[in-house]
Order: sequence, then C-alpha cells, then structure tokens
Amino acid sequence: MSPSAAARQIDPPANGLPSHAGIYHYDQVDRDFLKERVEQFRRQVARRLAGELTEDEFKPLRLMNGLYLQLHAYMLRIAVPYGILTSRQVRQFGRIARQYDKGFGHFTTRQNLQFNWIKLVDVPAILDLLAEVDMHAIQTSGNCIRNVTSDQFAGVASDEVVDPRHYAEVLRQWSTLHPEFSFLPRKFKIAITGSSADRAAICIHDVGLIAKRDAEGAVGFEVYVGGGLGRTPFIAKKLRDFLPEDELIAYLEAVLRVYNAYGRRDNIYKARIKILVHELGIDTFRDEVEAEFARMPVAQYRLEPAILDGIRARFASQPYEVLEPISGVLARARLEDQAFNRWVRTNVAAHRQPGYAIATITLKPAGGIPGDVSAEQVDVIADLADRYSFGEIRVTHEQNLVLAHVRQDDLPALWKALADIGFGEANSGLITDIIACPGLDYCALANARSIPLAQRISERFADLDRQHDIGELKIKISGCINACGHHHVGHIGILGVDKKGVEAYQLTLGGSAAEVGAIGDIMGPALSADETLDAIDAVVGVYLDRRQDGERFLDTLARIGHTPFKDKVYAAH
Amino acid sequence: MARVTDAPKVVTANRLQDGAVVWLTAAGTWSTRVADAQVQTDAPSAETALGIARASAARQEVVEPYAVDVVVEATGPRPLKTREWIRAAGPSIDAIPTAA
Repeated sequence: MSPSAAARQIDPPANGLPSHAGIYHYDQVDRDFLKERVEQFRRQVARRLAGELTEDEFKPLRLMNGLYLQLHAYMLRIAVPYGILTSRQVRQFGRIARQYDKGFGHFTTRQNLQFNWIKLVDVPAILDLLAEVDMHAIQTSGNCIRNVTSDQFAGVASDEVVDPRHYAEVLRQWSTLHPEFSFLPRKFKIAITGSSADRAAICIHDVGLIAKRDAEGAVGFEVYVGGGLGRTPFIAKKLRDFLPEDELIAYLEAVLRVYNAYGRRDNIYKARIKILVHELGIDTFRDEVEAEFARMPVAQYRLEPAILDGIRARFASQPYEVLEPISGVLARARLEDQAFNRWVRTNVAAHRQPGYAIATITLKPAGGIPGDVSAEQVDVIADLADRYSFGEIRVTHEQNLVLAHVRQDDLPALWKALADIGFGEANSGLITDIIACPGLDYCALANARSIPLAQRISERFADLDRQHDIGELKIKISGCINACGHHHVGHIGILGVDKKGVEAYQLTLGGSAAEVGAIGDIMGPALSADETLDAIDAVVGVYLDRRQDGERFLDTLARIGHTPFKDKVYAAH
Repeated sequence: MARVTDAPKVVTANRLQDGAVVWLTAAGTWSTRVADAQVQTDAPSAETALGIARASAARQEVVEPYAVDVVVEATGPRPLKTREWIRAAGPSIDAIPTAA
C-alpha cells in the first residue's frame, strides 16, 4: 500500500461495498496483502496456543494486530481510516459483535472501534471477516504511526478550504508498515483537517496538519508538532506555516527521523515527541527538521499530482441531486415539532451541497455509555446510511457517528428512525455529549471508573431544556492519567485517580481542543463520585448566574476567572 | 506482580484461550468464580500457589498470574482493590446498550 499503489489499475468498487460511499476503495493488491496478513497472524496464534511462543514473544505480535489483553478478556481495536466507513463495514461490525462479542462495540476517541469481549482463538476468524470488507486492526497499537484521524465533516463541510481525506489516505498508505517508523520511541498520532473550524483536535496530536490554500490557490499545510495529553500534556506548536503539497511526505519523513534519532527510549513517560519538542524548544527542533529535510533526496519523496489524482479516483463521489438550498419540508417540520427543531439546532450542520445537510448521531442517550452501540443499533444505522447518505457512516473523535450526505427533506424521517433506536438525542456539543474512556470497568491501565460517572452526569442533566439553556459545554472523562478520555482539553475535565485504594476524581476547568487549544487547570483536591456530580452542578450554576448575553461557558470562565467556580465547589470542604 | 505479604490472598490470571479471569482453586485448577479460589493465609502458602500458577502459565494455560489481597466473607473471598473486584464480578455497569 505504498503511494505507487495509487497508479495501479483502478477497479470498480468490489466486495459489495456501497459504490458511492466516500472511502478509499481497495484494489486486489490491497486485498491480497490483507489476506496474507491474516494468515500470518493465524499461524502466530496457533503457535502461541501450541506453546511454541511465550507470552513475551507473542505480545508484540498481537499488539501489532490491535489485540490487547484487558481486565476481563482480549480487546480488539479495529482501524477506521480517518473515521469513514461504509454501511457494509458497519454491518460486519454487527455480525462480529453478535458472533464473537457480547452484542456490542465501542467507538473510541481515535475514530476506531473496539470489541471488549474477544477470545484469542476467535481472532483469526474475526480478522477474516474484517478483511472481507477491506478492514483490519494493523497499527492500532504499538510504537508506530497509528491510524490517521480527521475531521468528521471532511469533504462536505461548508467551511472547508481543502478536502483532507485524500491527504489522509496518502498518509495512511505512506505510514502503513513503514519499515523505518515501525519501532519509534513511542506511538505517533497524526490528525488532519482542511477547515477553519477544528473538529479534529489538531492541537493535541504528535503532528497536526491544517490543509489550506495560498494566495494563488495552491494547496499546502500548516504543520503543528508536539501536542499530546497523558501525564505531561502539551498543546502542539507550529512548525511550518505553509508546507507545499508536494513536500508533505518528505517533510513528515524528516520530522519522524528527528524524533526517531533523538526521542528518548529509556523512559516510557518521556518518549513521546512532545517531550522532545519541549526539551529542545520548537526553534531548535525546527532547525533539526529543516537540516534533515535539506539532506533528503526530496524528489524521491515528492507527492506527485499523478499519485494524488490516482488516490482521488479511488474515492467515490456522491451523485447529489440538484436541490433548492433551503428545504420547505425541513422548514415546516421544524415549525411543527419542537423536539425535532431542537435536534436540528444541535445535531445538524451546514453542507456544501445545496439542499443537503450533515447529521450527527450522538451515541449519548440519557444514562447511556458514551460510544457504545449494539449490533441491532448498528444494523439500523447501516440501513439509514444506505437510505439517506449513500451508504456512508463516519466516526467522530467525540465518540459519535455522522451521516454526511442527508437531503434536508429526509431529516425528519431520519430523526424519527434514530429516536426509535435511542439515538435521537438533541445533545451534540452539550453537557451530556460526554467523552469517556472505558475506564476501570474494562481497561487494565485505569485507576478509576469513567463510564458510571458519565452515565450519572448524563442522567442528572438529562433535561433537554436545561441542556440547551446551558449551551456548549464539553465534559471529558479519563480513568487514568493516560488521558484516553481527553480530560485535559475538556471544558470540564475529569480525571479518575486512586486515592489510597479509593476511586476519586480530579476536576479541571477551561481546557479546549478547538482552534485555540488549552490545557485545563486543576480546580483542587480530588472528589468522590457523588461530590463530583455536585461539583459539576455547582460549576454550571456559577456559569448560569454569571454569564452575560451570548457567552458560552468558556467565555464566562475566561472573563471571570476560575476563582468563583473553585470557591463554589470547595465551599463545603 | 503483587508483592507477597502475610495478608489473605488468592491467585488469579487470565485464561490464554479466551482471556477470561480465572482463580486458582485448592485442587490446583482454575475456576472462573472467585468463590472457588483457595485463600492463602500466609506468605509461604501464597508463594507455593504462585508457583503452581506460574507452572500453569508455562504450560500455556493462563497468562500473567499474580496474587490478590482479599477479605474473607461468608460468600467467600472478596478482592480488596476496586480493580480486582471488578475483575472478579465483571464490569460494574450494564454492559449491553439499550437494544433497538
């Protein structure tokens, strides 16, 4: 799957995948590779079960195939390239969930899907099923370049300058099994967007790319480096203001080479590129990258227009109808049904194509588990994608799904169908649209549970009138300092800690993963789960009391500072 | 691996084939029920049990055995740490989402 693969003969869509879904369509070379890879892992599993491989020998092999051993079972993490799926792929998730899991899956903050109850003996068969629909679990673990993530509105957003999907695919092909970058000091995550609004959390990635155009219309990239969360959080720093399109791969090779050469391998907690960038300083790091870049045979790495054209050609386009920009059906439905109108306000975004809309399916029903979907629900969502969105489904880093090509006329019917499966909640971007990692209910690394707390917050704030009154407020919960739940960048962040054997939760305020990223400030001592619920209520109360017209939570916090919130939360302590 | 102390302990691991949480019984076999676990009341017996578990791991039956502090109740041993009682009892949440 090297860039040269793009120049191969382009086949019609195969494997029964919806022909208009906006994914990169594999060819036979890709499929043969996946088949060989599954057979390779099948033999490795057989050798492990036969005792020919010890756990120490087998562990790196299973991790390279996305297979972890968690608290209760093996967990399989499946790569969803830049978060885009077809309805057939989603149905295959449902089949795997029924046949090999407990009937559900979990969408993650990296736009991937995890199954929590997998048996080692079943993994080769599961990988066969994934390969049937051009999917795999490669590079969803290990110290390599992980699945590239992107804006869930890529290619359809009304504010988009450059469609990032094609570049994300370039990066996927470049980074897949890259021999030089398969054993980095630590894992490496790249996110890319092409819009002015950052929906891909660029600022918290090892490398963040913003595709844009110069005055002449040429495509290039604003390059950020050294962002990340975990025990030492950093907002990424700008490395280049405008990297020409054809230098993308060469420049990233230079960045990775500098990291590979100087990144620490003696201390896992200091091994990420963010530590290197911080310790060298961005200017010295940039000098090193530019020096490496200058030494490279750049022509050899040039991203030629023919390669990009080949990749673009393997993305289906959507046969949009010519429609009026504003749908009368939609306008009438909004007037007639306030619940539907509310859903449109929060969960529907403007589409670049007149008469179409982008619909976010929040996987956050009141009291639900963020990101969890049952096999029955994914089957219905796949059917809805076929009916209303060219058979395409997208995953967001906020653990939601998106149907990206819905006719405005179809929104009322879509919403009703979603409500029937419990996913009609009008809460995208609101206080119950919570990010939560699996936490101590599943994860071997966690110190505290995340999901039950998310459920209780969701129940406490279930009243939609209240949620809409509060407005944009993002709560993010991690069960340990590894920060898979992005708590550092939550407007209200919650970190689970182990306080002398008892679960406790440390609150942060003022984080953001939007255009101007920010790490939240710790409010004070950790609290019990009950106290945390009351603390969130108190924080919201201060905001509602003190906000001025049009102010979001973060605006009020910036204006009045943290003290009034801390005083209220800790008044009883 | 947990440090061996004089506190009551049971020995646990994950089964290789399916990852299930298992507990070492008095018969030297593995059970998926913590109630079946043999409680070790002193350090030498805990170390002996860990030796049995490591031999089982070497036979590729289980993965990463270790000892867990417990309190002995009428129903049997109950792990003290939250992490371990969640391993013993399963997720503390209703793991199955609301079906369609």
